[in-house]
Amino acid sequence: MSVQEMLPLDGLASEQSGPFRADHLLVAEMVKPGSKVLDVGCGDGDLLQLLETRGIDGRGIELSREGVNRCVAKGLAVVQGDADTDLVNYPDDAFDYVILSQTLQATRQPKVVLENLLRIGRRAIVSFPNFGFWKMRLQLLVGGHMPRTENLPASWYDTANIHFCTIKDFVELCDAIGVKMERAEALDLYGRPLRLRLPWWVWNLFGEQGVFLLSRGGRKS
Amino acid sequence: MVGVKSIPSPAISADDRSHEVDHPSSPVAHFGADQPLRLDCGVDLSPFQIAYQTYGELNADRSNAILICHALTLDQHVANVHPLTGKPGWWEIMVGPGRPLDTDKYFIICSNVIGGCMGSTGPASTNPATGKVWGLDFPIITIPDMVRAQAMLLDRLDIDTLLCVVGGSMGGMQVLQWTAAYPERVFSALPTACSTRHSAQNIAFHELGRQAVMADPDWHGGRYVDQATHPHRGLAVARMAGHITYLSDAALHRKFGRRMQDRELPTFSFDADFQVESYLRYQGSSFVERFDANSYLYLTRAMDYFDIAGDHGGVLAKAFAGIETRFCVVSFTSDWLFPTSESRALVHALNASSARVSFAEIETDRGHDAFLLDVPEFFDISRAFLQSAGKARGLTGKNG
Repeated sequence: MSVQEMLPLDGLASEQSGPFRADHLLVAEMVKPGSKVLDVGCGDGDLLQLLETRGIDGRGIELSREGVNRCVAKGLAVVQGDADTDLVNYPDDAFDYVILSQTLQATRQPKVVLENLLRIGRRAIVSFPNFGFWKMRLQLLVGGHMPRTENLPASWYDTANIHFCTIKDFVELCDAIGVKMERAEALDLYGRPLRLRLPWWVWNLFGEQGVFLLSRGGRKS
Repeated sequence: MVGVKSIPSPAISADDRSHEVDHPSSPVAHFGADQPLRLDCGVDLSPFQIAYQTYGELNADRSNAILICHALTLDQHVANVHPLTGKPGWWEIMVGPGRPLDTDKYFIICSNVIGGCMGSTGPASTNPATGKVWGLDFPIITIPDMVRAQAMLLDRLDIDTLLCVVGGSMGGMQVLQWTAAYPERVFSALPTACSTRHSAQNIAFHELGRQAVMADPDWHGGRYVDQATHPHRGLAVARMAGHITYLSDAALHRKFGRRMQDRELPTFSFDADFQVESYLRYQGSSFVERFDANSYLYLTRAMDYFDIAGDHGGVLAKAFAGIETRFCVVSFTSDWLFPTSESRALVHALNASSARVSFAEIETDRGHDAFLLDVPEFFDISRAFLQSAGKARGLTGKNG
C-alpha cells in the first residue's frame, strides 16, 4: 500500500472554523450523512455533537464518568466503558462507521481494537498522534528524552498513552491485518490537513497526527 | 441466665394500617368488573384499585409526565409526608421544585404497585367476594402485572406517552418492563440499580425473608388478620436481612464499625450490644409498623420471577428490538445486590438492539441503597438526562 496514491482532500475541514476542532471537522467530513456511528473514547462528546448536526446517528463509549455525564447533558447516548474490554460485546455490522479519535495510543491492544472496529463497523476512522513527527524525533534525538508536546503533555511515567506509533507504522499494521485504506490525511501542528500531494515520508515527518478512513479489505499479497 | 430483649411490638396500630390498605389517604383509581386486570398467573383480578400520588402539573399537550416506579418496600408517597409514619417522602431529595425530577417542569406520578399494602389491591385488601382480607387467596402477581396495572392507571389519567419512566431496584425492573411491553408509550427510561432478572443470590435472600415471616407463630398460615395479630417478629427479621443486602460492608463499617451501643463493655448476653445490631432492630421494628407481611411475600416473589430475557426466548436483545426509547442506565460500584456487571449486560443487549442508550457507573461505598441517598453524581446525571429528553420532546418554558 502506498500513501502516495491517496489524495489529501480539499473539503470542509480546512475551510470551516467555529466551535469545532479542525480534526473533528475532517473526521465528520469522512462520514456519509444519515449513517450510524460509534465514537470510541468520545470524551466530552464534541465530535458526536458535530456529527449530529449533520444528521448522523451517533453513539459513544467513554472511560470517564465525568465525560459520560457531560455527554448525557448534551443529549448524547454514551456508555461508560473501555475500548480494550467492551468492544467485544458489540455485534458485527452494528454501525456504518466506528471512530477512534486520538485514542489508539491509549489502548492496551491496538491491533485487537482495530480489528474490532472493522468488525463492528463497515468502516473505521482512526486518528492518532504521529510519533514520527519531526518535533518528536528532535526531542529524542537532540534532547535525549521521551517527547512531550502540547497535545501530549504527560511525562513518560504517568501517561495513559502506552502504544505510540508513526504514520508509517500504522500503514504497515493496516497492511498486515488486511485493512483497506480508503483515505489518509495528515494534519499539521494546527490540525490543518497538509494540502499538497506529498510522498509518505513527508507526511510521516511533518504530520502531527494522521487521520485514516479504513474499510474491510482482502489481505494484500 | 442470658438476657434477651425481643423486638418490640409496633406502635402504629393494625387498624391504622388496614384502613390505609382499603381507604388510602391518597387518590385512588377504581377499576370495576368491566375492566379486569389480566394477571400472568391466568387470573383476572376484578374489581381492583390503584392508589397513587401526583406532583406538579400536566402541561397542555400532556407531554411532561414522568412515572416513578417504587422499590420493594416503598410506596406512592414519594414527596409528601407519609400518612402512617409521619416521615418525609422517600425520594424528597430527588423530587420537588428545582430538584432533578423538577415538579416545576414535570408532572410526576407514582402509584402503589398492585400487591402492595398502601391502597392498591393486594393480599391485605378486602376480598369483595368474601368480605374478608385476601391473605394467601390473593393471586400471585408479577412485575409485568404491576406495569399492566400502571398502564391502566395512565389510561385513566388520559396520559398516552410518558416523558420518562424512572425507578431503582424493583422500580428499575418495572422501568425495564415498561420499555419492553409498551415501548411506544415510553419516550425515555432511567433504570437504576437494577437488572433484567433476579439473580439466584437475590432469590436466596428473599426466600430467607419469606421463611422468617412464615416461621413466625403469629403468621397463622397468612390468616393473621382473622387472629387480630401480625407476624411482626418474622417480618422484622426479613427486613433486617434485606437491609444488610441494601448496604455494603464499607458503609456499615463507616456508620457503626464495632462500636457499642450506650455501653463500654459487652453485657455477655444476646442484647443489642453493638450499634449495628440496634440499628438493624430499629430498621426491622419500624418497617413492620407500616408494612403488611403477606404483601412482603407477594412482592418479593414478583421480583424473583422477573426475567425479561426468559420472556423472549432467552435472548435479551429481542425484548428491546427496534426500540426508540432513550435509555440512561445507572449502577453503583458498591451495589452487590444488583452489581454493575448486570447493568452492563443490559447495556450490551440494548446496544445489540440499536437502542439509544447511555450508561454510567457511580462510584460510592453506600451500596444498593445509594439511589435513595444524597449522591450528587446520580442527581447530576438524572437531571441532565431528563433535561435532554425534555428538549428532544420539545418541552419549553416553565413546563419544559
